[in-house]
Amino acid sequence: MLNPKLKLNPKIFSLGCEQVPTRKGFGEGLLKAGELDKNVVALCADLTESTMMNLFADKFPDRFVQVGVAEQNLVTVASGLSAMGKIPFCSSYAMFSPGRNWEQIRTTIAYNGRKVVIVGSHSGISVGADGGTHQALEDVALMRVLPNTDVISPCDAIEAKKATLALAKTPKPAYLRLFREKTPVVTTEETSFEPGKAQIFWLPDVGLAQVGIIVSGGLMHLALLAAKELEAEGIKTKVMNLATIKPIDTDAILELAKECKAMVTIEEHQVAGGMGSAVAEVLVESFPVPIEFIGVRDKFGQSGTPDELIEKYGLGKDSIKKAVKKVLKRKV
Amino acid sequence: MLTEKKILELEQKANDIRISVIEMLLEAGSGHSAGSLGMADIFTILFFHILKHDPKNPFWEGRDRLILSNGHIAPVYYATMAHAGYFPIEELKTLRKFGTRLQGHPHREYMPWLETSSGPLGSGLSQAVGMALADRMDCGADTHRFIYCLMSDGELDEGNSWEAAMLAGKHKLRNLIAVVDRNNIQIEGFTEDIMPLEPLSDKWRAFNWHVIETVGHDFKSLNEAFEEAQAIFEKPTVIIAHTVPGQGVDFMEHDFKWHGIPPGIRDMTGEPSKEEQGKLALRELRTLGGKIKSEHQ
Repeated sequence: MLNPKLKLNPKIFSLGCEQVPTRKGFGEGLLKAGELDKNVVALCADLTESTMMNLFADKFPDRFVQVGVAEQNLVTVASGLSAMGKIPFCSSYAMFSPGRNWEQIRTTIAYNGRKVVIVGSHSGISVGADGGTHQALEDVALMRVLPNTDVISPCDAIEAKKATLALAKTPKPAYLRLFREKTPVVTTEETSFEPGKAQIFWLPDVGLAQVGIIVSGGLMHLALLAAKELEAEGIKTKVMNLATIKPIDTDAILELAKECKAMVTIEEHQVAGGMGSAVAEVLVESFPVPIEFIGVRDKFGQSGTPDELIEKYGLGKDSIKKAVKKVLKRKV
Repeated sequence: MLTEKKILELEQKANDIRISVIEMLLEAGSGHSAGSLGMADIFTILFFHILKHDPKNPFWEGRDRLILSNGHIAPVYYATMAHAGYFPIEELKTLRKFGTRLQGHPHREYMPWLETSSGPLGSGLSQAVGMALADRMDCGADTHRFIYCLMSDGELDEGNSWEAAMLAGKHKLRNLIAVVDRNNIQIEGFTEDIMPLEPLSDKWRAFNWHVIETVGHDFKSLNEAFEEAQAIFEKPTVIIAHTVPGQGVDFMEHDFKWHGIPPGIRDMTGEPSKEEQGKLALRELRTLGGKIKSEHQ
């Protein structure tokens, strides 16, 4: 069942469930953050509407910097703004930022200790028709490897808004990962959110779970659908929302592993270096259990609808169910 | 106002800083000689005449900001700051050693009053642009702070440099003053052989900057250049400072071999033996120090 404590969206399993892109939640969150703190500023590399930064730019034109199609400049100018006490959010597509400008982010933001939020929209395979050049499947790996840098991948638009507001207050460099497509709204305004804290979204009605499922990002609704069907088949699971990939919630992951002794991780990202790898790093050091990784396996994406691509690269509901059953058999 | 007396003081200070640079490099056994010596006069006039700053209160809000984009000339940056009173001159000997605040390339985690960390080339100017934009957001046209960015000519190969130049031109950032160390060398050779930059002034003008060319070793000319840059209201200004790499040490001058190495580690054709390099350099600078005094007295 859905965790009753979290006041999640009761309509998540119905066909009419509201769908909103995470980037919209970001846009609304940034506007609000701008209203709350005059030091919040925004920069964009010619993708203001696509990343929904236009809400902020229209309201606060004097605190918005349009740098043109120049992602290296985007983040380094942001570093300079931060040096003067501003709280910059810089947005582009994840493939270009942090894809193109990684060294500038490393040196002038992470290494430099500058409180800049890198917002990478259009991450994952669900970018769809634009094809492989625009589908960032490596960005979590790029950003989580940087010391002194937080990484957050919200599961829906409401959580993206809360994450944006939280990041406006954070004293650290950070990466916020967003998706182009509309995804079902899993949480509600009442659902609590705290950076660095994982949450159990789904749990067995009674008894212990047999498999722990950890999700970052927009595939959360598919994981919940899979968990519901698995429950009907007699397989008990817990589904964890690991929105903050770094700093990782070690305690929550270990607690889940100790209960289930088998895990599945789910993300729209390369298996190499992504959230699943981060979870594995935690588990192999302290409490090794079998893990199945749902993610893209050493391939670039291609054009198609999000649904077609999610199916093709093995990220869909049936793949999740298969992985759960597979890891169950591997339990010792 | 730059009096004759002040010029004499600056010349002596620059010479002391060059001596420190050679001593640091000898002690470290690695580091960049040519650019450090070549930029000593510009660092000197900035820290001892141009900049609004307070070494005893390095985080003073009203200070001018100085970004060193080409972080590899850290020796002259550190030496100048030590001579200006930011930290003890004695500490210069720790350059590049384990546990030092004087990292091989500047890192503000170790020395928080550095305005930025640098080393990877081409991203200093855009940070300076960000600072200038923030200053304008806060102070509008009333700003009394300037953002200075010191850069090398070699790093103008980087696209990021020109992205920054374009944005500064767009916003007419009059509070931004860039200084290009036009010493015509980079690590593998002469700039015009590796990647021609000329016509360099025209390039900056085409990006809507005000351009001043000056000799980088003449305090009177440098002072005029900075005064002109501060007075320009419509545009950012770039001072293209023609400098001599290795300035002050005869066997290093104009020679790209000395871009990335210190004296005392390598025997090279046409150069003094490695045992002699440090001694010769220091002797020459110390003699020059004497010359400066006698010329003016």
